[in-house]
Amino acid sequence: MEILSMGGYGAYVWTAYGLTFGVLVLCAVQARRRHRRIVRDIRIRLKAAESGK
Amino acid sequence: MWTFLHKLASPPHFYALAARLIPWLAGAGAIAILYGTFAGLFLAPPDYQQGDAFRIIYVHVPAAYLSLLAYVIMAVAAGIGLVWRMKLAHAVAASAAPLGAWFTFLALLTGSIWGRPMWGTWWEWGDPRLTSELVLLFLYFGYMALRSAIDDTARADRASAVLALVGLVNVPVIHFSVEWWASIHQGPTLVRAGGPAISTEMLWPLLAMIAGFALVFGALLLGRVRGEVLVRERRARWVRRLMYPEVETP
Repeated sequence: MEILSMGGYGAYVWTAYGLTFGVLVLCAVQARRRHRRIVRDIRIRLKAAESGK
Repeated sequence: MWTFLHKLASPPHFYALAARLIPWLAGAGAIAILYGTFAGLFLAPPDYQQGDAFRIIYVHVPAAYLSLLAYVIMAVAAGIGLVWRMKLAHAVAASAAPLGAWFTFLALLTGSIWGRPMWGTWWEWGDPRLTSELVLLFLYFGYMALRSAIDDTARADRASAVLALVGLVNVPVIHFSVEWWASIHQGPTLVRAGGPAISTEMLWPLLAMIAGFALVFGALLLGRVRGEVLVRERRARWVRRLMYPEVETP
C-alpha cells in the first residue's frame, strides 16, 4: 500500500508511468500494423498487375 | 568502410539487415527499461525536496531526450538526403517524425503531471522550456503535414527537408532555455559543469531508462524505415521477388 501511495504523489507518479508505457506500446503496435498494411497493399497491387497481363 | 556504407545504403540490404537488428534492439531496450522502472520506482531513495514525485524523472527525462534526438536524426538524415540525394536518408527522416512527435508529446505530458504537484500548475504559458518543447511538437506536426500535402515523394522529401533543417535551431534553444532565461523548469541534472547533480542510486536507473528508450526508439525507427523503403521501392525487382516469388518469371 505504501508503494502505491508514493508518499502522497501516487496518482501523479503512476499516471505518468502508465501513459509512458501506453504510448511506447502504441508506437510498437502502430509500426507493426503499418508494415503489415504496406506489405498487403504491395501484394495486392502486384497480383493485379500480374493478372492484367 | 566505404563499400560497407555503400552496401548499407542499398535498400534491399538495409531491409534485411534492419529485420535482423530490430529484435536485439527491442529486447535490450526492454531489459533496460524494466530494470530502470523497477530501480527508479522502488530502489532509488525519495528526493529530499520532492519526495516520491521526483520518480517521474525516470520517464520524463528519457522522453525529453529522445524528443530532441529524434529531431536531430530527422534533420541530419533530411540534410544528407538533400545534399547527396540518398533515398534511404529521406526514408529515415520521414520515419523519425511521427516517433519524435510521440516522444515530445510524452515529455510534455509527463512534465505537466510532474509540474502540477511541484509547481502548482499543469502548464505555464511563456515559460521558455515548456514553450520551446511545445514548438518542437508543432515542428513535427508541420513536417508531417507538409509531407502528406505533397503527393510526389521526391518533392515532399526536398520540401520537408528544408523545414526540418530550419527547425533545427529550436533544438539548442530547448536545451539551453533553462540557462538563458528565467524558467520554472529545474536546471540540467546530467549534462552540466561539475558532473551530474544526482546521487548514484538515483543516477543508474535514469541512465538505464535513457539507454532503454534510445534502444526502443532505434527498433521503432528501423521498423518504420523498413515500411518506408518498401513503399518507395515498390516497383523494384527485389521487392517483387520478396513479396510475390511465384510471379517472378526469369
